[in-house]
Amino acid sequence: MSDLIKLSAAELASRLAAREVSSVEATQAHLDRIAAVDGDVHAFLHVSEHALETAAAIDARRAAGEPLGALAGVPIAIKDVLATQDMPSTSGSKILEGWVPPYDATVVARLRGADLVPLGKTNMDEFAMGSSTEHSAYGPSHNPWDLSRTPGGSGGGSSAAVSAFEAPLAIGSDTGGSIRQPAAVTGSVGVKPTYGGVSRYGAIALASSLDQVGPVSRSVLDAALLHDVIGGHDPLDSTSLGNAWPSMADAARRGAAGDGLKGLKVAVVKELSGEGGGFQAGVKQRFDETVAALTAAGAEVVEVAAPSFEYAVAAYYLILPAEASSNLARMDSVRFGLRVKPEAGPVTVEHVMSATRDAGFGAEVKRRIILGTYALSAGYYDAYYGSAQKVRTLIQQDFATAFAQADVVISPAAPTTAFELGSLVNDPLAMYLNDVTTIPANLAGIPGMSIPMGLAPEDGLPTGLQILAPAHQDARLYEVGAAIETLLEDAWGHSLLSQAPLLTEVTR
Amino acid sequence: MSEISTDLVRHLAGLARIDLSEAELESLTGELAKIVDSIAKVSEVATPDVVATSHPIPLQNVFRDDEVRPSLTVEQALSGAPEREGDRFKVAAILDEEQ
Repeated sequence: MSDLIKLSAAELASRLAAREVSSVEATQAHLDRIAAVDGDVHAFLHVSEHALETAAAIDARRAAGEPLGALAGVPIAIKDVLATQDMPSTSGSKILEGWVPPYDATVVARLRGADLVPLGKTNMDEFAMGSSTEHSAYGPSHNPWDLSRTPGGSGGGSSAAVSAFEAPLAIGSDTGGSIRQPAAVTGSVGVKPTYGGVSRYGAIALASSLDQVGPVSRSVLDAALLHDVIGGHDPLDSTSLGNAWPSMADAARRGAAGDGLKGLKVAVVKELSGEGGGFQAGVKQRFDETVAALTAAGAEVVEVAAPSFEYAVAAYYLILPAEASSNLARMDSVRFGLRVKPEAGPVTVEHVMSATRDAGFGAEVKRRIILGTYALSAGYYDAYYGSAQKVRTLIQQDFATAFAQADVVISPAAPTTAFELGSLVNDPLAMYLNDVTTIPANLAGIPGMSIPMGLAPEDGLPTGLQILAPAHQDARLYEVGAAIETLLEDAWGHSLLSQAPLLTEVTR
Repeated sequence: MSEISTDLVRHLAGLARIDLSEAELESLTGELAKIVDSIAKVSEVATPDVVATSHPIPLQNVFRDDEVRPSLTVEQALSGAPEREGDRFKVAAILDEEQ
């Protein structure tokens, strides 16, 4: 195992810039690690055949003195939800098996433009529907802390890749927590930017009013460096915000260096504090300890009420299926993807489409499409989809009240540590409740981050702290996130992931 | 209790263009009934005075200049087609004999 894989993206980037190490060496070290452990972890659905070639080209340009990006030469894993024109893009579904898109997602184009090295595509629940990767058509990913447990979902491939040191950075997408919950249960860092802060062009759509692409990493600074590469306005996404964003990396460095916690106003949402139960004891304990540590560091912690949060999961499971049922209508067997002929009856385009969608979609996708079709059907639209949209307004109002009293809102990022694979997969409602802490931010469009909050005493598995900021205040999230990360790591004397078990490496 | 029946699920599957087996229709009926019961609570707080939010960060009049820009070539657009004929996507008959 090479020491190069243990470096943060920031450290690796500075060693690359100083030419102490080449991108080919760094990329080879990560490819070796993938070959050695991914049989057990299954973070990747596809490993790029072009990574070394890309790295060599970057090395050559660096040798020629060309100006390169801050993360030039650093390898990165990409969630399979993003279109990549040199790798299959399946969104974890059989219906898109082997599909190589004729274009790159904007985020992917920006990674290439900033000279990062795509390593491969990471596993995910099919079309990002799930909290465990068990709904992937290609089998689940495994948590590097305990291979019998989930690395979270839907972006469990990305969280497993960074926490198993198969990649220093990854891209995720977060519709109801798919970046933050996997980060929480693997001891890594994940950020859902403000809705519209990062382009969705080329991200295979799940629920268009909720989806947001964001960074996955092992430190707040690394996430910030990646955010700076992928963020900003994209004319190809009509929901992309035109804001002039400040440097997230500068914000993270400021937070790590200063005493920014003194006088910081922090709100704890009563409904997400574990007061009423529903949270694993060790998660609640680490959260309460973190609140105490923040108070000791000079932060003012206030409790706020968010009475509408009780309705968030219900609203989410109306809005998401409604939008997904519409978005996934494009899986029609005509222009790309699978085509299956019906076994009986007339072979018309409609019957081919129905047979294809039956064969190509997994159980959870069918369940949500049918639910969404129901919620949108005549006579029910107002009662379901219309009511859910009103709940969104109420949740935004609750956040507005909280942010009138505080700079950031905090909560546990997930109600439990990583659960055993197989334990919830047959109980959709129980699986949905995993997202109770993360869903409100998607409904409101605000940015959220999960950082490691310590190991739960009862099972020794990671817990995550969620930090939320008002819309457009992503930089505040990085500043506060880096400050809390520094506070906690100074108290522990190490990073959380340095405590992860060593995985057995198989010989190639 | 919700009014989800197997016949309703069969109708919805038709609308959604998914051929579901009888076994799938059965299990989905039970699951959907439970899910719908648990999410119907949204109507408790969705009173007439609350405005609906369709988009978390509203933008208005998102236009671009009407100018020619590069787009996919015919070959790129057809690169993922399950079946093609010449420069076109090839599909089965649109109408069956009853239509």
